[in-house]
Amino acid sequence: MRHSGVTTPVLSIVGLLLLWVVCATLTADPTVLPQPWALIAPAARELASGTLLYHLGATLLRVIWAFALAMAIGVTLGLAMGRSERVNRWLDPWLVIFLNLPALVLIVLCYLWIGLNETAAIIAVTLNKIPNVATVVREGARALSPELDAMAKVYRMSWWARMRHVTLPQLAPFITAAARSGVAVIWKIVLVVEFLGRSNGVGFQIHLYFQLFDVTMVLVYALSFIAVMLTVEWALLQPWERRVRRWRTA
Amino acid sequence: MIRADITSKFFGEQQVLGQVQFTIAPGETVALLGPSGIGKSTILRIMAGIDTRFEGRVTRPENMAIVFQEPNLLPWRNALDNLLIPHPTLGAVAAREALEKVGLAGRDEAFPGQLSLGQQRRLALARAFAGAPEFLVMDEPFVSLDPEMADQMLSLTETLIAEARPATLFVTHARAEADRLADRVIALSGRPATLSQKADAA
Repeated sequence: MRHSGVTTPVLSIVGLLLLWVVCATLTADPTVLPQPWALIAPAARELASGTLLYHLGATLLRVIWAFALAMAIGVTLGLAMGRSERVNRWLDPWLVIFLNLPALVLIVLCYLWIGLNETAAIIAVTLNKIPNVATVVREGARALSPELDAMAKVYRMSWWARMRHVTLPQLAPFITAAARSGVAVIWKIVLVVEFLGRSNGVGFQIHLYFQLFDVTMVLVYALSFIAVMLTVEWALLQPWERRVRRWRTA
Repeated sequence: MIRADITSKFFGEQQVLGQVQFTIAPGETVALLGPSGIGKSTILRIMAGIDTRFEGRVTRPENMAIVFQEPNLLPWRNALDNLLIPHPTLGAVAAREALEKVGLAGRDEAFPGQLSLGQQRRLALARAFAGAPEFLVMDEPFVSLDPEMADQMLSLTETLIAEARPATLFVTHARAEADRLADRVIALSGRPATLSQKADAA
């Protein structure tokens, strides 16, 4: 059981690598698609010089900021909208508009209105993600148990205790779902934001090497950041999810 | 003294409760008897302060406890935390004693899902009595139990009430339960429901 649980994804990734090798061989032009092993030397060089880590760090910091802000604001909004039909009626049209606003439009407007700076970059990414988190969490908030609420009320539990022990555990599956799709979406938007108006980060480097038509370096940066995000998923998100789900499987 | 002075309660256009007035003395156990769907649970929710949309006045102490039809525990917290979260000042030692009293000694770490339904109900009782409530409301706590388990739960409840002596309002549709547990039985009837003639103590 555990064996096959690890083997299948590994085989699947090996399959993807094989496909890459086949494509690269057929293309036979390293400036269009280099072989996977041709990335190792340039990646090592970037790593040794510190450039790779510097830009990965800049991007990761933006991802963390935008993720934290989008989750905090999105969960608050979703909870308020799910619990109060009045609040929902007022905010729902906003949500629909922001959900359908292309990421690019928000990014450009933020840069135009706020300026080409860090604040604009993080606000643009956060605004792109909030409606999504709010929509998912709203569903969870609508399904909150009125009986547990009644219990908390009769036992005069404090606001903080209710949030921590009654409300948030019920929302946990929805928050986790929003967080996982959130991380994936956020880092993609962060790259666009960097591409358009920042002077560091993975997106900036990709922009640079795009202008130089350097496919190898574009792939080095893209794959490095994918590796970082997979580490976050495996080392942080999945263990956290197992922890909050413990009571179900116990 | 706990005093209910309800003039009316509507659900939308429909009036479910008419004039309902009664008092419960400290330490007294009152059973509210009536057929299903008559509005007993509505009165209980008004008395517990869960439902505040009604005409009238209710006087009750701050320190209350409630036992629902279902155990209504926090499934994501263990048995001990299910006592400590609603009663943060209780302390782990007293919480363990409370578990022991309902026959759950040593099950501190168990999540509600790992307990049998009977054990979950006993944990809910422990939670209600752990705060030494001045006023306890119970909403058909023995409904849907098989006769043997209902009898066990009734005995346990009797013991706990005798020990803590809260003023208790106990909703049921079973006359036998009402007679066994209560000092006084009041009955609900009609539509909108009002209190019918008071039945005397068992």
